[in-house]
Amino acid sequence: MTGPATQPVVTLRGVDKVFGRRDKGQTVALSGIDLDIAPGEFVSLIGPSGCGKSTLLRVIGDLVQPTRGTIEVNGKTAEQARRDRDYGMVFQAPVLFDWRSVEDNVKLPLEILGRDKAWRAARAKEMLELVELGDFTKHMPYQLSGGMQQRVAIARALSFEPRILLMDEPFGALDEMTRERMNDEVLRIWQQTGTTVVFVTHSIPEAVYLSSRVVVMSARPGRITKIVDVDLPRPRNEESRESERYFHLITQVREALRAGGGDLDDAGTASARRTVAEGAVG
Amino acid sequence: MSLLEGVASPVTPPSPEAAPRAGRVGSALRGYLPAVLVALAGLVLWEVLIRSLGLTSFILPAPSAIWTALVDNWSDDRFPLADSARNTIVEAVGGFLIGTTAGVVVAFLSARWSTARALLLPLAIAANAIPIIAFAPLFNTWFGLLNPLSKMMMAAVLSFFPVMANVTRGLSGVEPSALELMRSYAATEGEVLRKVRIPNSLPFFFTALKLASTLSLIGAIVAEYFGGQGSVLGRMIVQSASALRFDITWAAVSLAAVAGIAFYLVIALVERVAIPWHSSSRIDG
Repeated sequence: MTGPATQPVVTLRGVDKVFGRRDKGQTVALSGIDLDIAPGEFVSLIGPSGCGKSTLLRVIGDLVQPTRGTIEVNGKTAEQARRDRDYGMVFQAPVLFDWRSVEDNVKLPLEILGRDKAWRAARAKEMLELVELGDFTKHMPYQLSGGMQQRVAIARALSFEPRILLMDEPFGALDEMTRERMNDEVLRIWQQTGTTVVFVTHSIPEAVYLSSRVVVMSARPGRITKIVDVDLPRPRNEESRESERYFHLITQVREALRAGGGDLDDAGTASARRTVAEGAVG
Repeated sequence: MSLLEGVASPVTPPSPEAAPRAGRVGSALRGYLPAVLVALAGLVLWEVLIRSLGLTSFILPAPSAIWTALVDNWSDDRFPLADSARNTIVEAVGGFLIGTTAGVVVAFLSARWSTARALLLPLAIAANAIPIIAFAPLFNTWFGLLNPLSKMMMAAVLSFFPVMANVTRGLSGVEPSALELMRSYAATEGEVLRKVRIPNSLPFFFTALKLASTLSLIGAIVAEYFGGQGSVLGRMIVQSASALRFDITWAAVSLAAVAGIAFYLVIALVERVAIPWHSSSRIDG
């Protein structure tokens, strides 16, 4: 789906990010990042803790300024893209506002964009139906489970039709079962909306299952060590999770991570091993 | 997509109207019921002990004696308890309003401008460490011994600090990811203030108001100990005690206690109505 003719949505060239001051010990969070992301692509950034994958996401979203290098988003600077509301953000925590009902949380960006009341109501309803929370519009966030709260966050991020969805370990805090269901939800929404997705994760199976491409990063300094093309057929489902190709790709990503020198967090590695083991037995 | 079934049909949603406002207040009052019963039992025990031990009212008057003193002196000439209570409450509430307003204003300034914060917060913390009540005689000189303003200002200064400190914390202590989210919407500072910082500070604000309600009453009464207009609870307490009419002293103290509790409860009630989404207002969470 990444034809050579298509103009990339995101272009990063020689991006470095250095935190701290020269005299007080610096951390090179990102070093020499070159990356093109095509329209409608689903790209995962994976790597050990501290490899700068979240920083890279924030550089794309103009939440962090790069020290060196250039970023172009839809032919504009990242800042202009942010001002044009090209980005929908989803964080690891749902970041719902306690004082707003579920639908009012979804309406928040629409209020800031100055959309009229009728539009906001219609759009919130539509988005909540998309994430299958149509029956929960009047609920308060504390009345929902963690997975449901994260679905509200996704509905909110999509409400103003951003061209790029930036997701920073959105399901990292969820249990494995909920996480797999959420992965299917995200794929369904991605296919329905055609939005370009950049997805940060430290779970190898999650990255492989979701993505068109997995960008493997290593730490200190944070850099891209390998890009794995995921050629699993779509739509993906339980069968994809049990296919030979899936395990092969998981192994490929894991070896790339090993070669990068970094080790994944325990959680990510353990769940990857478990999935592989279960698959092998079945 | 059979995979979605578990997600698509969640259990029957709990009704968001499960805790309507009237019911919320009602059940809050029911929540206080055991405490009220214990207090009543304590009063009965007190009465019984005083009578059976034959203690003189000099040491500790029985609740019934305090009640009698309260009724007899309600609109008495020498110890006008009703007028005194009213005057003291006016001082406390006036001071509470002045101090709270000032505290909110300073909190907004210090949350908005980091220079203001760098300048004001250390000063405020230092000032808060001073036993302000020691200034009461000076306040009498500054604002007039017989002017209720001298007591009001003591109540105001005591109310100021918790409000300023808490509201500042509520306005500036917003989750970083909430600010990133607002930034990704290209929201203005004003929108961040209105839609995130102010609602985030409301629970802090109400906590501060509860503290300030108690402190303002303490401030007013203690300031009254150092002289001023005649018909106030502080004067009633000092004068009845020196006249050895401890039943009246107790009656005046009881009035102050009831005023303090009522003040607190009014704020707690407003809090429940104003921020029903906050955990302190929830029954089911």
